[in-house]
Amino acid sequence: MMKAADLAAIRAIITRAKRWDLFFSLLGILSLMVGVLTFTVLFVDMAIQGVPRLSVDFFTSFPSRRAEHAGILSAWVGTVLVMLLTALAAVPLGVAAGVYLEEYAPKNWITDIIEINISNLAGIPSIVYGLLALGLFVYYFGFGQSILSAGLTLALLILPVIIVATRESIRAIPQSIHEGSYACGATTWQTVSDHILPYSSAGILTGVIIGMARAIGETAPIITIGALTFIAFLPTAPFAGDPPAGLFDWIFAPFTVMPIQMFNWTSRPEAAFTVNAAAAGFVLVFMTLAMNGLAIYVRYRLRKNIKW
Amino acid sequence: MTASTSAPPLSAAVGHGVSDRLSKKASRHVKERIIEALLFSAAAFSVFITLAIVYVLVKESWVFFETVPLSDFLFDTQWTPLFDDAHYGIMVLLSGTLTSSAVALLVAIPLGTIIALYLSEFAGFKVREIAKPFLELLGGVPTIVYGYFALTFLTPILQRIYPDLPGFNLLSAGLVMGIMIIPYVASLSEDAMRAVPMALREGSYAMGATRLQTALWVVTPAATSGIASAYILGISRAVGETMILAVAAGMQPNLTFNPTEPGATITSYIVQVALGDLPHGSIGYQTIFAAGLTLLLMTLAFNLLGYWLRKRYREVY
Repeated sequence: MMKAADLAAIRAIITRAKRWDLFFSLLGILSLMVGVLTFTVLFVDMAIQGVPRLSVDFFTSFPSRRAEHAGILSAWVGTVLVMLLTALAAVPLGVAAGVYLEEYAPKNWITDIIEINISNLAGIPSIVYGLLALGLFVYYFGFGQSILSAGLTLALLILPVIIVATRESIRAIPQSIHEGSYACGATTWQTVSDHILPYSSAGILTGVIIGMARAIGETAPIITIGALTFIAFLPTAPFAGDPPAGLFDWIFAPFTVMPIQMFNWTSRPEAAFTVNAAAAGFVLVFMTLAMNGLAIYVRYRLRKNIKW
Repeated sequence: MTASTSAPPLSAAVGHGVSDRLSKKASRHVKERIIEALLFSAAAFSVFITLAIVYVLVKESWVFFETVPLSDFLFDTQWTPLFDDAHYGIMVLLSGTLTSSAVALLVAIPLGTIIALYLSEFAGFKVREIAKPFLELLGGVPTIVYGYFALTFLTPILQRIYPDLPGFNLLSAGLVMGIMIIPYVASLSEDAMRAVPMALREGSYAMGATRLQTALWVVTPAATSGIASAYILGISRAVGETMILAVAAGMQPNLTFNPTEPGATITSYIVQVALGDLPHGSIGYQTIFAAGLTLLLMTLAFNLLGYWLRKRYREVY
């Protein structure tokens, strides 16, 4: 039979343990709040500083020595063009590599090397990719400090992201889908192109969007290849100008991108340029947030709609 | 006559039908092989990237080390490659990298671990569903924006607490860098903790342990290898981070381990040189490859350490 004193002692222990649990829960929420709060302050501070500066002129003006006339026209056009090349290079390559590793690769040392290598690539600092591009694209291939060099650099950078996303979404497809397809006499490629790729496309799309959101904010590798910080012209559109530009002349044009424009304004001492930096930063964060939000939404829909 | 004339078309039709199917199979086979070869080359391309990185960095650094002895590079206490009296002591840049990384990790590792433990062991489903995407967003903010935040928001606040703090300093850059790294540490650690089998927790609860005791003494030890890899990834991020430091820490080479001073890191030095216009092939141009090689070797060492830790402390259930 249990004595009342023992019972009280046990209750005391339970109360103390519960208090510790509560304390840790609060600590956890507090730590989360540090992140949430930092992000909120960052966003609101930038909005307060930058939003009044946002106007149509800001998007349609070139950078200028006078802060109040400066805009981000060359920067956002540059970003769009660079992203276009990045996607064109990284998506086919990344998806192909992911499909190979999941559906074709035999279990041998070559596959092991490729897999270890991809996880290693994901850990290499982005500025090292910039040095690679400087040595390889800019000087060895002679692409110069062009949109092409920048697009390919960022493509290499986000390749691991796309490969990993492709593999994960393929792995989520049940084995029975493969088996059913093979049982009907389909070849490996028919299985992949008619079943695996369509079913994994939403997952791959999520990975691509997250990769592009990362690429859009990357500054260091693009500065490293020697992108100019002051560009007051746009790449020539195909067939425009005299003599008419070729269809692909723009890929060799000098350029600047949003994060570099923001860096340039941030590093100037005048307060007026800091306001410009805040406005450019706001646009940049808005773009990455929108892309990440889209990725989260696609993944949410995917989880809801697919019931194997 | 009619038989002989009608026979060939018939046999041809039959033969054609069969051989057509056969030949179709053969072409199908060839097509499959070609596609497989193409996909393989895409996968193998990633190995080419690594080889190209090593080749470019080693080739340019080789030229650099023909002029500058390795002992000078490792032990000189000045970094003035662009002056007439040039010194190439990588220690100066390393001290900036290590100091800022230490500050960042002092923020990111405790907070990241607590968040991971909270989300995996304490938080309800709803909190987790909201918090995880939010952490992803936090990790997706461009680092140049964090740099702007460190320089224009955090530094003035720190200066109020500590008036002697210079406008550019490693402390404010390191703190913001820590916040940036939290999502990486938290989300990878949480994945590792969630992978711990429920049976271990149930066993612990059955023995009368509380949530906190279970989290600290059962889940954490069982997830050690995953948590360690999360920390290592955090370290790699801190060492390789560039823009926050280039914007907020100043770019003056400074041999110091005091975070309240300005300083240059390996990464911010590369940015500084790239922003100027050094001629291709000059010694100043090659210094950035030597610095990049140092950075690559450091991250490689961390990756290997992480790989070893995973193998050594892996719990198999």
